Amino acid sequence: MNMITLTIDGVEVTVPAGSTVLEAARAAGIRIPTLCYMKDINEIGACRLCVVDTGARAWQAACVAPAAEGMKVKTNTPALRAARKTNLELLLSNHDKKCLSCVRSTNCELQKLCREYGVDDENRYAGATTSHPEDFGSAAIVRDNSKCVLCRRCVAVCSKIQNVGVIGAINRGFNTSIASPWNMSLGETACINCGQCIAVCPTGALTERDDTAKVFEAIADPTKHVVVQPAPAVRAALGEEFGLPMGTSVTGKMAAALRRLGFDKVFDTDFAADLTIMEEGYELIGRIKNGGTLPMITSCSPGWIKFCEHNYPEFLDNLSSCKSPHEMMGAIVKSYYAEKAGIDPKDIFVVSVMPCTAKKFERMRPEMNNEVDVVITTRELARMIKNSGIDFTELPDEDFDEMLGDSTGAGVIFGATGGVMEAALRTAYEVVTGKTLEKVEFEAVRGLEGIKEATIDLEGTPISVAVAHSTGAASKLLDMVKAGEKNYTFIEVMGCPGGCVNGGGQPIVSPEERVKKDPKVLRAKALYSEDEAKTIRKSHENPSIQKLYAEFLGEPNSHKAHELLHTHYTARPKY
Amino acid sequence: MPAYNQSMYLELDKVIETNKGQKGAVMMTLQSAQDIFGHVPKDVQIRIAEGLGVPLSEVYGVATFYSQFALDPRGQYIIGVCLGTACYVKGSKDVLDKVVETLATPVGKTSPDGLFTIKDTRCLGACGLAPVMMINDDVYGRLVPADIPGILNKYRA
Repeated sequence: MNMITLTIDGVEVTVPAGSTVLEAARAAGIRIPTLCYMKDINEIGACRLCVVDTGARAWQAACVAPAAEGMKVKTNTPALRAARKTNLELLLSNHDKKCLSCVRSTNCELQKLCREYGVDDENRYAGATTSHPEDFGSAAIVRDNSKCVLCRRCVAVCSKIQNVGVIGAINRGFNTSIASPWNMSLGETACINCGQCIAVCPTGALTERDDTAKVFEAIADPTKHVVVQPAPAVRAALGEEFGLPMGTSVTGKMAAALRRLGFDKVFDTDFAADLTIMEEGYELIGRIKNGGTLPMITSCSPGWIKFCEHNYPEFLDNLSSCKSPHEMMGAIVKSYYAEKAGIDPKDIFVVSVMPCTAKKFERMRPEMNNEVDVVITTRELARMIKNSGIDFTELPDEDFDEMLGDSTGAGVIFGATGGVMEAALRTAYEVVTGKTLEKVEFEAVRGLEGIKEATIDLEGTPISVAVAHSTGAASKLLDMVKAGEKNYTFIEVMGCPGGCVNGGGQPIVSPEERVKKDPKVLRAKALYSEDEAKTIRKSHENPSIQKLYAEFLGEPNSHKAHELLHTHYTARPKY
Repeated sequence: MPAYNQSMYLELDKVIETNKGQKGAVMMTLQSAQDIFGHVPKDVQIRIAEGLGVPLSEVYGVATFYSQFALDPRGQYIIGVCLGTACYVKGSKDVLDKVVETLATPVGKTSPDGLFTIKDTRCLGACGLAPVMMINDDVYGRLVPADIPGILNKYRA
């Protein structure tokens, strides 16, 4: 590789030719502030916070300025610091500055930079401001452009990573805003509610629709029996909201916190993940045996489902008819559990805690019959815990409640890309072959490669599988299937990059932090460790699942199971 | 509303075919589309997005960035009232307000009968005649608001 050597703030550094000044500075351990920059997908030099003095006539934006042999760069002079401060003050001139009531306060990149660069008058450039009504038209995502800094990170992730592309910069100059064409509300577009835009927003311009008030209200209502279920990925990330290192699994503390919040029953979506494997695994085996539509594609990710409905309606028959795990749980709570506990289903209120904003939309689908009453994200749960004065890190580890709280290692790994596939294979192998699977790990479907492929030998029946994470990767995969270039039996798609662990409802990690530690890797690791620590690691061996079938559902894919646990899909227009 | 016919869409499809994959394809295609249709309505922008394989948000972003693109049909007559310095101090804002009032149409929009589109312009280079208004290629100078209804009526014949 061709290398070049340059000097940054007196530090000599050698980097591959083609590197930017920012990359060279990072290699030299020198931090240059960034705001609009996201490696590979948003390198536009727009915010000018990374200005450096390269000796050229004008200062350069380090994120786009190419590093050159012998270059002498200064990143930290009084004039540069003053310029960055001015840039921040100019950004503030059209910002609502309501930090005290902003959900991103203390976790806002603009706020943090203002403190770092000593902004001492947020109204230095007071003047005309643009006015935008907040967009409340989406079930999942709220946009408040009065907090937008026009960094375009949301636009980049929406089009380049997710291949959704429903937002962009519209109009010009002072009137520029980030919005959908014709200023449509996000709810009127082909937005899939994945929330990846929220995950990359540096400020509070994009947030989840906050549903915590509804949960507090239900808990306070003595006539309601309030049941909660957290998704697998929540336990791998919730701790971050309380200062615990990324990748800390907080399953026990989370169960304890939920109980202290006042939920009547603390169940676990992991149980429903095991149930999903039973239904989906048998559905797959049935499709293979009976010549059903293949490849079958997983249906757990509601962002992916909506994406498919808008963009690939020709694949709707390929989608598994299984509801997503938390919806299965909702259905079981309001039928089986209600019957066993002797509670009228209409008095039961089911709350799902999800790493996902798209679940908020999914809950409202008419097919779901209001089986789940409210969906809150990991971030909203953290907010509720803080709001209730619970000292999270000091909590003891507690267990989930019985009946719908037991799960296997297969259920836990549902939160990481490849996890649903792996869990399904563990069960499918044993069901099809009648033999015991000795090595339960399917390494080929783990990890962060965009599209993963494997061929699994079910003792004479080889099945080829593929795993895609992010709807952008799913598009590529489906295009290949459509063109006849690829032929699979079973495909797992998760709408977000890395799967649910990196979902749009998870604690927010800035792009700058992501360079140092990748939540996709560390949170997944937490789940795989939980799986390893479990004595039962195959869904069909979960005793509570076996009991549920014996007492209530009969067989997997039985008539009753179909009624409660399966759904259908609707083609939706792309525009 | 102007009538669109199938041949216009076929012409657009040809332009899309030619521009697809080229640098600046969205801009070039929008320009041709505006030549073909007179403006770039929603269905045309959707066709461009689909045809070029780019997000509609990108097409719409370009269409709203450049003032040369009209999203709504433009009238048979484009009225430009000069808001340059000389015209402005001579009262062109009142003239413009009178045009808006007479046509019951805001600046930048087209009158309901499809006849007039109102625009505010920079200096037209006829400051000696301030305040100045142009209707297509006709120039009107030394205007007072009371002149407006009569002038507009000439185009309604």
